[in-house]
Amino acid sequence: MELSFYLVQLLNAVQYGFLLFLVASGLTLRFGIMGIINLAHGSFYMVGAYLAYWLTDLTGSFWLAILLGLPIALGVGYLVERFAISFLYQRDHLYQVLLTFALILVFNELQQILWGTDVHGVVIPEILAGSIPLTDNQSYPVYRLFISAACIAIACGMYWVIQKTRLGMMIRAGASNREMVQALGIDVNRLFAFVFSLGVALAAFAGMLAAPVDSVYPGMGENVLIISFVVVVIGGTGSIKGTFVGAMLIGLVSTFGKVLLPEMASIMVYALMAIILLWRPHGLFGRAV
Amino acid sequence: MANQTQDLIIDAQGLQTYYGDSHILHGISFSIARGETLSLMGRNGMGKTTLLRSLLGLTPPREGTVKIYGRDMTGAPTHKIVRQGIAFVPEDRGIFPNLTVKENLVMTSRPGPDGRKDWDLKRVLDTFPRLAQRMNHMGNHLSGGEQQMLTVGRALMTNPELLILDEATEGLAPLIRKEIWSVVREIKASGIAAVIVDKDLKALLELADRNIIISKGQIVYEGSSADLAANPEIHTRHLGV
Repeated sequence: MELSFYLVQLLNAVQYGFLLFLVASGLTLRFGIMGIINLAHGSFYMVGAYLAYWLTDLTGSFWLAILLGLPIALGVGYLVERFAISFLYQRDHLYQVLLTFALILVFNELQQILWGTDVHGVVIPEILAGSIPLTDNQSYPVYRLFISAACIAIACGMYWVIQKTRLGMMIRAGASNREMVQALGIDVNRLFAFVFSLGVALAAFAGMLAAPVDSVYPGMGENVLIISFVVVVIGGTGSIKGTFVGAMLIGLVSTFGKVLLPEMASIMVYALMAIILLWRPHGLFGRAV
Repeated sequence: MANQTQDLIIDAQGLQTYYGDSHILHGISFSIARGETLSLMGRNGMGKTTLLRSLLGLTPPREGTVKIYGRDMTGAPTHKIVRQGIAFVPEDRGIFPNLTVKENLVMTSRPGPDGRKDWDLKRVLDTFPRLAQRMNHMGNHLSGGEQQMLTVGRALMTNPELLILDEATEGLAPLIRKEIWSVVREIKASGIAAVIVDKDLKALLELADRNIIISKGQIVYEGSSADLAANPEIHTRHLGV
C-alpha cells in the first residue's frame, strides 16, 4: 500500500480522536470536578446528531441547524441538571449510575417517538463537500478536515477558559476543595450547572459534527458512550490533557486496527486500555484518589 | 460596643448546632460590630470552629438565627453570607493545591460590598513579599508559613469588612508568627473587624477589644482584655494556661 493511503488513515484517526476528545472531555470534566458519573452523556451526542438531522431537514441549512440546535441541547442539558442530576451530588455514585442509566432509556424512547427507528443521514454542506486530491487515486474529504479544525478550535478555547480565566480557576479550585470555593463567595451550584451544560454542549456539538460523516441512528449514543469511558479511563479521570492523549490513542488504534488487523479490530481498544491500566492503574495522567 | 443592629456585622442568637447526632453548640449567642476585634478562645473540641462554621452557613445551625447587617440569613448558602463582606481563613488554610499562588489570590479578588478597593494584588504582595517570589508556584509547593500568608492574602483580596482567622498562627515558626500578627495589627488599624481564634493569649490580649471563651458549646466568659488579663484563674480554668 502506498504512503498516501496511510496518510488518509492517519487523518481519519486524528479526526476520530478529536471527535472522541470533544465527547470524552465533557465526561471527564464532570467526573473530575463534580464527582458525577453521567451515563447519559452519549445520549447528548445522539441528541446533537438527531437535532442536526431534524433541523437541517427543516431549515435546509446545516449551519442553521447547528446554530439552533446548540441552544436546544444546552436547554435540555440544563433541565436535566436542575431537575435530576443536581439532587444526587451528595449521593453515592451508584445512585448517579442508576439515574443516568434511566435517562438513557428515556432519551432513546423519546428519540423513537420523535424520529422513529430509521437510519438517517445528513448531507455535507455544499461549501465543504469537496475533496482534496492527494495522489491520482487518493483524495481526502474537506468536511473531515473541517471536523478536525473545529475540534482544535474548541479544544483551544476550552484550554484558554480553564487555564487562563477566573472562571477556569474556579472550576479547577472546585475540583480540589468545593467548600473553600463556597467560603470565598462563589455559588458552587451555579458553577456546577455551568460545567454540566458545557459538557452537554460539547457532546451535542460532537454529535452534530459527526452526523454528516456517520449516519444518524438509534443507539448511536451508547456506542460513543462506551468508547468515551475507555478514553477517560486511559487518560486518567479528571485530566483534560489525559483525555486528549487517550482520545488520540484510541483514534489511532481503532482506525489502524481496522486496516491492519481487521479480525482483531473490535477488541484492540480494550486491549490497549488493559495494558495501560496494568502499567498505570490511574490512567496516563490520573492522580491517585 | 455598638448596640444598633445595623452596626453589628454578625448578630447570632441561640445557636444549636449538630454534627450528625452529636450536639456541639448549646445555645450560643454571638455578635461582632463593625471595626471590632474579637478573640475566640477555648480548649480544643469545645466548639470554636463549629461556631464559625455555623455563622458562615457551612454547618447550618439546627436552631437559632444568624443575622448579617440586620438581615436574617439563617440557612442561607455560604456564598451569599460571605458576599456581605466576610472573609474566612480556615484552620486547614484551604489553599487550592492545583492553582498557582497568583491564581489562588486573584480567583476571587473583588471590591468590598460597599465598593472599597483597599486591597489589591500589589498591596497583598507588598504585605507578604515572600508570596511575590512564589507567584507561579503551585499551592501545594509552599511551606506552611507561605500557605498561611497566601490564605490571609486571598481573604484580604475580597476586601472584607470582617476577617475570620481560625488558628492562623498554629504550627508556624516564631518569626512567621510575628509576621502574621503584625499583619493582623495592620488589618485592625485599617478598621476591618476580626474574629481571631488562637492559642497565643498574650497576642490576643494585646489586640482584642473583647474576648469570648467557649467551653462545651457554651460561652463561659465574655469580657474586655483588661478584665481577662486581671483574672488569671479564668485562664487556668478554661484555657489550661
